[in-house]
Amino acid sequence: MAKFTTLTSRMMPMPIDNIDTDQIIPARFLKTISKEGLDKQLFNDWRYDASGNPKPDFILNAPLWQGVQILLAGDNFGCGSSREHAPWALTQWGFRAVISTSFADIFKSNALKNGLVPIVVSRDLHAKLFDMVAKDPQAQVSVDLASQTLSLPDGTKVEFPVDAFSKHCLLEGVDELGYILQQTPAIEAYEATKEVELNTLQPV
Amino acid sequence: MSTPRTIIEKLWDSHVVAERPGAPSLIYIDLHLVHEVTSPQAFSGLRERGLKVRRPQNTFATTDHSTPTTPRSLPIVDPIAKAQVEQLETNCREFGIPIFGFRSPKQGIVHVIGPENGLTQPGMTVVCGDSHTATHGAFGALAFGIGTSEVEMVLATQCLLQRKSKTYEVRVDGALKPGVSAKDIILALIARIGVGGGTGCVFEYRGSAISSLSMEERMTVCNMSIEGGARAGLVAPDDATYQFLAGRAFVPKGAGWDAAIQRWKELPTDEGATYDHTISIDANALEPMITFGTNPGMGIPVSGIVPDPAAISDPLERDSLTKALQYMDLQPGKPLAGQPINVVFVGSCTNSRMSDLRAAASVMKGRKVNPKVRMMVVPGSMEIKRQAEAEGLDKVFREAGADWREAGCSMCIAMNGDQLQPGEYSVSTSNRNFEGRQGKGGRTFLASPLTAAASAITGVVTDIRTLQN
Repeated sequence: MAKFTTLTSRMMPMPIDNIDTDQIIPARFLKTISKEGLDKQLFNDWRYDASGNPKPDFILNAPLWQGVQILLAGDNFGCGSSREHAPWALTQWGFRAVISTSFADIFKSNALKNGLVPIVVSRDLHAKLFDMVAKDPQAQVSVDLASQTLSLPDGTKVEFPVDAFSKHCLLEGVDELGYILQQTPAIEAYEATKEVELNTLQPV
Repeated sequence: MSTPRTIIEKLWDSHVVAERPGAPSLIYIDLHLVHEVTSPQAFSGLRERGLKVRRPQNTFATTDHSTPTTPRSLPIVDPIAKAQVEQLETNCREFGIPIFGFRSPKQGIVHVIGPENGLTQPGMTVVCGDSHTATHGAFGALAFGIGTSEVEMVLATQCLLQRKSKTYEVRVDGALKPGVSAKDIILALIARIGVGGGTGCVFEYRGSAISSLSMEERMTVCNMSIEGGARAGLVAPDDATYQFLAGRAFVPKGAGWDAAIQRWKELPTDEGATYDHTISIDANALEPMITFGTNPGMGIPVSGIVPDPAAISDPLERDSLTKALQYMDLQPGKPLAGQPINVVFVGSCTNSRMSDLRAAASVMKGRKVNPKVRMMVVPGSMEIKRQAEAEGLDKVFREAGADWREAGCSMCIAMNGDQLQPGEYSVSTSNRNFEGRQGKGGRTFLASPLTAAASAITGVVTDIRTLQN
């Protein structure tokens, strides 16, 4: 997994609650058997008109917001489907972090496995960040994962929560599957104690 | 005496493989269900690393999401969908995983075929790369959806790294009135707590109204746990559970069955166990529910009115509701009943089982689908299709003018060509009303099979209790 240590970026505001993964990438693009090229379909149905042309009033299409790496979104971001295509599409477009007041469980788990950091902030700070971006779209914030801090242009530093293990994996680029494979002896021992329960699936 | 535990804690405790300081628990997975959409990249990962599937005998695959519901004798027209379905079959062959493939008589929606074949059993941990995996919780299993990276981890190790969820008791007591069904219980819950209300939690549904539900109805309730934000939701096993499972293909037989029942009887929540959260719902007071907006939390009784954004103080919440009503092209303060519709869909992992089809058929019998409405009925599995045909339900639907299809996810997720046209309204028995979920620009009202069938007859959103004979 790609490492994540620090990040300084402007924030693309998307002040909508409950942005579901069907909006992040619609289901009809999930017929692919690879992970590639999903950035083209990020927010597809908000981004393109019926003829497939970019809608100029959708923020992702605005020249001002190209190259931004932080998405500032409404509450409960990433609800709905478990599709990991959502964080794949977001990271392929260039996002490395999403700031919201909360994230859906499966999305958060998927994001953390793809170097996309979900940053939960208080409602007050959330409102303040939207105000800040409305006044100055060039305003930048900095994320320091090691200290779990978000630094604002006025010098304020705010702590944000991150699961300790996920943080370790992101900072060190730890491969979670590799980590589990190291515990194969424990898995074998577990299987040995549960032989009856684990073999109820054989049709007799 | 040991501390009383909930069924959620018992399931967790019995599946902890290892715990290391600073890391999540390593949890064992008893049943891994696989489908064509969220698995190809996981199998590619295994190949790149040179890994095998650790327990192919605890892994089962089927094809459902991008699978056409046209007659199985026809080829898959969409070349991309065809490649994906074939890739699953290739992957299963290569890695030795049993599969109920595209032309198998046992093919069906992954959350329908698991219970149907007795693959889903009490006390298990069940995962699938699909957020509606909580369906299997109806059997007293800890069942939850995972992403593709996790699919790869389970294929390779049969384990996942997980943090323990909070426990959330959903008590539903009383008796449902005529016209009110399991779907209305779950839609009412989500309307109350919102789509993020259960985030970080596992629901345990209990109480007299839950105990009196059939296994199929319990599956409908558990299925939509994720729409309330909970990754899993379950019902403790009881006699109804054992009766449903007895004799199914993959359950233990003979002495193995008796031993299994003894183990399963230990699962229900102990007297005196406590939960992190509790909510109580009065089943007697429930009405048929329907959604009006663009997430499953935007639900009202079918006799109710569309809420007004002006009444909401939080600006983001207000804007979200305004945006939803714009997308749905609905006026606040107006009743939803009477709203003209274009399509009715009966199907999906939420409501495509025999009792759902029987409920819809009971309304359709001797009646005609309104000429302005296209109605599609999609059984959850090929086994259900055969059983429904043996009961003559297909005839009822066809004679009413509905389209009777082959098994699959179909218009719930609109990946297979079954979809709404832009601007069309549907009453759908599925689980999600997100923008474009049933086709780009399509507008979805989620409801029960009874409400869907009644609306198909009249051509407008209809309260089943008002449908005249």
